[in-house]
Amino acid sequence: MYDHDVLIIGAGLAGMRAALAATEAGVNVAVVSKVHPVRSHSNAAQGGINAALTDRGDDWRDHAYDTIKGSDFLGDQDAIEIMCREAGDEVIAMEHMGAIFNRDEEGRLGTRNFGGQRQARTFFVADFTGQALLHVLYEQIVKAGALVYEEWFVLSLIERDGECGGVVMMDIRTGKIEVVRAKAVIMAAGGLGRVFEPSTNAMICTGDGMSLAYKAGASLMDMEMVQYHPTTLKGSGVLISEAARGEGAYLLNSENDRFMLKYAPEFKELASRDVVSRCEQTEINEGRGIDGCVLLDVRHLGEKYISERLSQIRELAMDFANVDMAKEPVPIMPGMHYQMGGVKANVDGETGVPGLYAAGEVACVSVHGGNRLGANSLLDTLVFGRRSGVHAAERAKNTSHLSIDDSAAKPDRENIERLLLNDKNESFGKIRFDMGTAMKEHFGVFRENSSMAEGISKLSLIKERAQSVYVADKTNTFNTNLLFTLELGFMIECAETIASSAFDRTESRGAHTRTDMPDRDDENWLKHIVVSDKDGKPNISYQDVVITDWTPTVRQY
Amino acid sequence: MEVKLSVRRYDPESTNTVPHFQEYQLEMDEAATVLDALIQIREDVDGTLSLRCSCRSAICGSCAMRVNGEAGLACNTKVIDALPSDGTAIVIEPAGNLPVIKDLVVDFQPFWDQVKSIEPWLQPAGEEPEGEYLAPDEDMLHLAGVVSCILCGACVSDCTVLEVDSNFLGPAALAKAYRFVGDPRDDADGKRLKALNEEGGVWDCTRCMKCVEVCPKGVAPMDRIMSLREKVMDAGHTNTNGARHATAFVDSVRHSGWLDELKLPIKSFGIFNLKAMISLIPLAIRSQRAGKVPPLIHKNIPEVENVRRIFDKVENKK
Repeated sequence: MYDHDVLIIGAGLAGMRAALAATEAGVNVAVVSKVHPVRSHSNAAQGGINAALTDRGDDWRDHAYDTIKGSDFLGDQDAIEIMCREAGDEVIAMEHMGAIFNRDEEGRLGTRNFGGQRQARTFFVADFTGQALLHVLYEQIVKAGALVYEEWFVLSLIERDGECGGVVMMDIRTGKIEVVRAKAVIMAAGGLGRVFEPSTNAMICTGDGMSLAYKAGASLMDMEMVQYHPTTLKGSGVLISEAARGEGAYLLNSENDRFMLKYAPEFKELASRDVVSRCEQTEINEGRGIDGCVLLDVRHLGEKYISERLSQIRELAMDFANVDMAKEPVPIMPGMHYQMGGVKANVDGETGVPGLYAAGEVACVSVHGGNRLGANSLLDTLVFGRRSGVHAAERAKNTSHLSIDDSAAKPDRENIERLLLNDKNESFGKIRFDMGTAMKEHFGVFRENSSMAEGISKLSLIKERAQSVYVADKTNTFNTNLLFTLELGFMIECAETIASSAFDRTESRGAHTRTDMPDRDDENWLKHIVVSDKDGKPNISYQDVVITDWTPTVRQY
Repeated sequence: MEVKLSVRRYDPESTNTVPHFQEYQLEMDEAATVLDALIQIREDVDGTLSLRCSCRSAICGSCAMRVNGEAGLACNTKVIDALPSDGTAIVIEPAGNLPVIKDLVVDFQPFWDQVKSIEPWLQPAGEEPEGEYLAPDEDMLHLAGVVSCILCGACVSDCTVLEVDSNFLGPAALAKAYRFVGDPRDDADGKRLKALNEEGGVWDCTRCMKCVEVCPKGVAPMDRIMSLREKVMDAGHTNTNGARHATAFVDSVRHSGWLDELKLPIKSFGIFNLKAMISLIPLAIRSQRAGKVPPLIHKNIPEVENVRRIFDKVENKK
């Protein structure tokens, strides 16, 4: 058994930012991650990070309004204000830590345009901003000497009388299971993309954090809000950054029409993501697509500009679609990308469970509401990662460990034994694929009542089948087969909460678009859907949206 | 398309702990990657196969391994490009120069230790400014070429020096070091360059180019190491075998138009370094037998002044 003041689950941007903040506060900190920190999915954020810097003539209030409008007025405005007000400091802090960032002629940080915003306020490192920031935070973790349990897998949170007091985790390399006590646990385990097929998300994005917190008594919020990114590569579904459109790319249909001019005359290709994805899907559904795709065209930007600012996506398009973007348009389609919802947390990261905090994609503060703006996710991870770290450290200074011993690991040990002894024959890969395609079909860009009902019954069959997964690998060493089986359980739980929340919301708002109820209904639905676990079933309640200065209006781009 | 893969398997818990190759036959799409094939094996054929992989788009660095004997990322290597023309199997092995834990999973600890040893964090001087540090965009764009390193370890896997000398810092850590030395905001150059001049540092690279060839992100570690060598010498660290070797090389070519191979080891090691001189005797004897001893009298090439003019021109440019 190990003891730490603050234990952080996940070593992406939110987790490492929290770790730094907690370390600076002078408490004992450890981070646990199922992959090495630099393998985390924050890597995949390409385009940049938003901040309204006043010395560049921008105003955080404008950023806040763009975010609120982007959220289709489901975002909580008090939280959005905090995020936008603290954005500048976070970006500058990252620069001081070593992030290189593209510059302007005077050597100051330069910006690019991004979707749904009236100002160029996206700071960036070419088109691998997430990777650049992730590596910088890792460097800082190394410098601070913070302890990282690399390649340990969290099996469960330990909850006693409604409080969280630690975790049970497994060393992937040896199979050893340990109990770790912590006065505060920060969940920063990232998203759940793999619940959908296809998804831009890495294979590690399996909703572990949401499921673990949910089972430990925390609530999930806005789970119906699943973002489809407008530009993912045909076939592989690999992400092509919004930076392409930020730099001026066109979207074309089979008739060579820039169709966004028709749907969003002001913002055009840079309308918010939910809007652009819906427009693309409409073009495709109405027969103006090409093989299930539309085209992204950057040729007019010129080869030099493309190779300087969009080098990685050019490489990706060559590697994964055999297209040189400098020479021809690349076929793209909307692809599942981000979960706006997550573990319900306040602006200090506190969940409803004392001792448990949440930050980053795993959390729902809710700053993204019905639709996240591009380049607000990196910002979310840093601002709320830091705040969680500070507040968790504060709690740790004023509490003692709960009385927990090694027996806390017993249920997990037994569960793993049971899985290894299972002699049934279902394959986790097949079940995950079936779940993912069902989620795409019934809870994708467009939703509808009877289709969602069908999706829900498919999910219950999938849950049944998951009881019979066969784990072929019986060893203790790097048993990825066992890990996938455990992750499948997490994913199914997440899928259920997405499905029940989506089915419940009888309007269209943000990413949740119902063909049978196409209008937004502020009278009845200016509220969050909150799901908690009640005897193994999702139980729904509601929470009003926090409105400060901005009254909901018609949303047009 | 029918694909055969021969995958190196190793299970430390098995009674038979000798690594062996296992062959799999798959039906794959033309656009499939090697990683797609391995995932298909793991999900549909043999769940016991262990490997690391995550992003599937060449950014997380998890799936570096050897495909047909050369390191790369499985996720951006197409099956169709890896298929041997003679119809044999694609050979998949774990990354080299690191201990194998199981199947395609290697122990990265030595790799992280190397990276950590170069103090991989920005060390600026003085008080932080209120806003950002001012830095020229072209300097940052230049650094972006190194910052884009994803620490996948492909270069370390195939480094020919690490194969024989585990003391070498290796291409990834040295590229990372260059990232800080080349950063106008970093003020620890003196300390960094002094450390890089030590044994295991920049002078241990043999310039075989392997790291440049296998890097999936165009980081070109060897080029960074060569830039570091220059910076090390510019910082006044000229009293090493490596630095003397480089100087002797340049001096000889400038003077005679070609390399005086007899003088090179003497100048590199120093004539009074008896131990090194004695250790060269067996090599000298082998060279003699093979008829490869250079002429004792080293003559200038015709029109050597043209060579010297090139040197002058290059040096003036600097």
